[in-house]
Amino acid sequence: MIRIEQALYVYGDFRLAIDVAVPRGSFTAVLGPSGAGKSTLLAIIAGFEPLRRGKVEVAGADVTALPPAQRPLTMVFQDNNTFAHLDAWTNVALGVAPSLRLDEAQRQMVDEALARVGLSALARRKPGDMSGGERQRIALARMLVRNRPVVLLDEPFAALGPGLRAEMLAEVKDLQRERGFTVVMVTHQPEDARAVADAVCFVAGGVARPPVATAAFFAARNDAAIADYLGGWRDS
Amino acid sequence: MAERHTITALPGGLGAALWVAAAVAAGLLPLLSLAFQAGGPTLDGAVWAALRFTLVQAGLSTLLSVVPAVPLARALARRQFTGRGLLLRLLAVPLALPAIVAVLAVVSVYGANGVLGGFMPVYGLPGILLTHVFFNLPLATRLVLEALATTPPEAHRLAAQLGFSDNDVLRHVDGPVLRARLPAIAGLVFLLCAASFVTVLTLGGGPAATTLEVAIYQALRMDFDPARAAGLSLLQLALSLTLVALAGRMMLAQASQAPLRLRQQRFDGHSPAARALDAGMLLLAVAVVAPPVVALVAAGLSHVALSAALFSALGWSLAIGGVAALFATVLGYGLAGAAARLPQRRMWFEGVALAGVMVPPAVMATGWFLIFGRNGTSRAELFLLVVALNALMALPFVVAVLAPQLARLAAAHDRLCAALGISGWARLRLIDLPALRRPLAQALLLAGIMAMGDLTAITLFGSGGILTLPALVYQQMGHYRGNLAAGTALVLAVVIFLAAWLAERLGAEDDPH
Amino acid sequence: MKRFSLALAALVLAAAPAAAKETLTVYTYDSFVSDWGPGAAIKAEFEKTCDCDVKWVAPGDGVALLNRLKLEGKETSADVVLGLDTSVTAEAKDLGLFGAHGVDASRVKVPGGWSDTTFLPYDYAHFAVVYDTEKMTTPPRSLDELVTGDAAQKIILEDPRSSTPGLGFLLWMKAVYGEQAGAMWARLKPRILTVAPGWSEAYGLFTKGEAPMVFSYVTSPAYHMVEEKTDRYQAAAFAEGHYLQVEVAGLVEASPEKALARKFLTFMLTPGFQNEIATKNWMMPAGETSVPLPEVFGKLVQPEKTLMFTPEEVRDHRRDWIGEWLNATR
Repeated sequence: MIRIEQALYVYGDFRLAIDVAVPRGSFTAVLGPSGAGKSTLLAIIAGFEPLRRGKVEVAGADVTALPPAQRPLTMVFQDNNTFAHLDAWTNVALGVAPSLRLDEAQRQMVDEALARVGLSALARRKPGDMSGGERQRIALARMLVRNRPVVLLDEPFAALGPGLRAEMLAEVKDLQRERGFTVVMVTHQPEDARAVADAVCFVAGGVARPPVATAAFFAARNDAAIADYLGGWRDS
Repeated sequence: MAERHTITALPGGLGAALWVAAAVAAGLLPLLSLAFQAGGPTLDGAVWAALRFTLVQAGLSTLLSVVPAVPLARALARRQFTGRGLLLRLLAVPLALPAIVAVLAVVSVYGANGVLGGFMPVYGLPGILLTHVFFNLPLATRLVLEALATTPPEAHRLAAQLGFSDNDVLRHVDGPVLRARLPAIAGLVFLLCAASFVTVLTLGGGPAATTLEVAIYQALRMDFDPARAAGLSLLQLALSLTLVALAGRMMLAQASQAPLRLRQQRFDGHSPAARALDAGMLLLAVAVVAPPVVALVAAGLSHVALSAALFSALGWSLAIGGVAALFATVLGYGLAGAAARLPQRRMWFEGVALAGVMVPPAVMATGWFLIFGRNGTSRAELFLLVVALNALMALPFVVAVLAPQLARLAAAHDRLCAALGISGWARLRLIDLPALRRPLAQALLLAGIMAMGDLTAITLFGSGGILTLPALVYQQMGHYRGNLAAGTALVLAVVIFLAAWLAERLGAEDDPH
Repeated sequence: MKRFSLALAALVLAAAPAAAKETLTVYTYDSFVSDWGPGAAIKAEFEKTCDCDVKWVAPGDGVALLNRLKLEGKETSADVVLGLDTSVTAEAKDLGLFGAHGVDASRVKVPGGWSDTTFLPYDYAHFAVVYDTEKMTTPPRSLDELVTGDAAQKIILEDPRSSTPGLGFLLWMKAVYGEQAGAMWARLKPRILTVAPGWSEAYGLFTKGEAPMVFSYVTSPAYHMVEEKTDRYQAAAFAEGHYLQVEVAGLVEASPEKALARKFLTFMLTPGFQNEIATKNWMMPAGETSVPLPEVFGKLVQPEKTLMFTPEEVRDHRRDWIGEWLNATR
């Protein structure tokens, strides 16, 4: 579904070599030390950062030269997924048509998406008057109305408490199964990967490695870089 | 959550506000006391004509400066091109030119003998407006650019992903920021144009072009009529306060969203229409600013006399500019910090910062002289007075630059810092200074070049052994040395250009990825 | 503590001889003491004649100088005030600060003679319309011709509300036209390119070639002839006569250095002072010089008739006359 082969990203003296393929309908977690380039990897797929060398394929098509909007994907950021001057409903509606000219069916779609993430009652509220979790639900609702096959999540729940985080993760997992999304999620929490991911893409030392099955990743204690990253972390 | 931050933000903000209040009181009270000895402040019929002309010319100047500043700043924000840095530095030059230098530069382009002579009438309202745009379009552009830089980087990524058209970006991404900051920027430009003096008189064509500031100057200087000067000053103050209150009402509370970890990137502006608009705006900026600057360079190039007087003036200008910039930035940091943490009192703190453009400097200087200078001032005291007055006059620019950034920073870090118990000096050094490098460099630059180019303070207190570059320009002009003056003005322009370059270097952020 | 006191005493003792030397504080306008002004040379010359220091204090231009005195009142530290002109001396006198100059005024050489016992002139010049010979072949020969002449040939004036030459032109109009001044201002209006806040701005515009005429002094062409070796800029002689500006100095009655101040005023009319005036202040010396004036001064316009109001007339009517100008040209 996503394929980046022998690609190179350069910004200043930061370099990232990428060799990643992600199968359709899978849930891949991106793990690695801070500053290794996990978010950069997502930004490259989404089209926010250009490659120095190589190409990005999504859904079988070369999207390297395509602007972000024309790529078949939705990205959710850690924060600022909403426009503060627009209410929740309108923020979701932007995912249907940025002009905000929606027909009846599209409006209904927005209502349904909000209902699906449990925000029906807060539809007319502005993001500033909502909690962090509720704001991220707006982003999830927008992901639903956009209905693009690939979903990129950049630490979307990092700012939430452990209970809420687990709940939101489970919800994302459900949506993924329901819609058949291919999900790539950057996270700082190995247990998140353990809980929802089929595979782990490890980014460290200037290299984004091909994803491996989650179980295999956590078993790879003989790999010095992985062992170093996981440190004292243990599966529970 | 707001209460705790209130407590930590207040001392700095209140301290700065108190200093400004004391400075303004020291300026106004002696004059008022003189006025009451003479029977109380007075106004006469001629004032209303001056008031009307002030409103008309300042209103039009503001419109013509601020409206194009928006597309121009957007063009600068979303285009990377060779010469962008050069253009930004060029845009800094008008900010510090003494009015008469700018007027002569404008005249040598559009005047009787100018390259573009006859292109438009230079004397009367058109010339005043042209010169005010030459001064204030760059200023407004810089401030709008600063405001646009406070947009969370995700907003642009989101816009790009959702397929926003350029209009959508203007509406949903830049629009809210502009609505939050534009009234303050326009208010500042209006007050500056209302207080413009040399430009209005020199190009005005006659006494029909009389502003309140001219009337105050006349009352204070030629007539030495404290009652009338006080009446006029109070009128100007009332006008300014009304304006600030209006701007405050128009300003939406800026919803400050947090992180500072992404690099600012924009993805809009790829349509042919946007490209054409941006190219047009950049050309317009060059067309407005470059010809007078080129004229200034051409006039001065063969007349730079590297005399002891020039070096001494350069030294004084740098000293006054540097110290005043530091002082104004410290004050502005306090005021903007308090405004960021007390959103409901925001206009109050930002309004205090505008004191320097609300009270005519001639009034301030007279009051301060009566309090501090009666028994003669030493050069050191004079230096301090000049620095203090310049800092007061530069404060509005500092706050205009820092306020949006501090609002963003407060939202991002206040809770965490409170949680970790990081406050005071440690907070400043570890958290705020690194995050504020670019805006602080901008604030220092703006304050520094305003102070360096200022002639008001030094003229009002008397030279007393301190001769700055602008004062030297005037002195040379006063002795028939127009050519030497052109050379000195060129040196001043070069110093500003270099200062702008230095500020860019100082402000360069380490890019996160 | 004791050591500190000793150090302090030593400091005071060391400073004492310097303090014993008399210091004469002279308030003046800033261009008098600038690099090109006569101040430095005059200070050196006077200090040769006395065991004293001359301390220049320059609070700004001539108007700022008077305002400084108004603000300081009796507390002024000035011993001598140099640089007031005859349009403000009545107001200055009203301050009650100045004493009789006590110098023999018969040595004063200003047109129309001098009888004021408070202020003593050191230089003078007639105002004049200066024109650019490359732009104007037939300059106006009278104020009347200026007022009624071709409106396409513009003049740059100074604002009487902020500048001395500006006030000078206003007084000139009044002296020639009396009750008709307002009407004549209205007739002149189309010929006025602009009214600059001060002489520097006006003259700067003029030398940029913005207009063929500017209001200045009969002595202005001397600068261009001496320093730039060009005859391009000339003053126009006006048949009605020229308004006169006289620059004066006075001594402060309460000064502790009154004897020295009087000595300075006496010195002011001698060559040590007067030699510097012509080519540094670009005015006509009001006293005796020991070196002849540069030759070009002989080529300057010599007004046949001098116009001047008394300082008291100016004081009493200035605001009304400015109002008349405002109404006529607004």
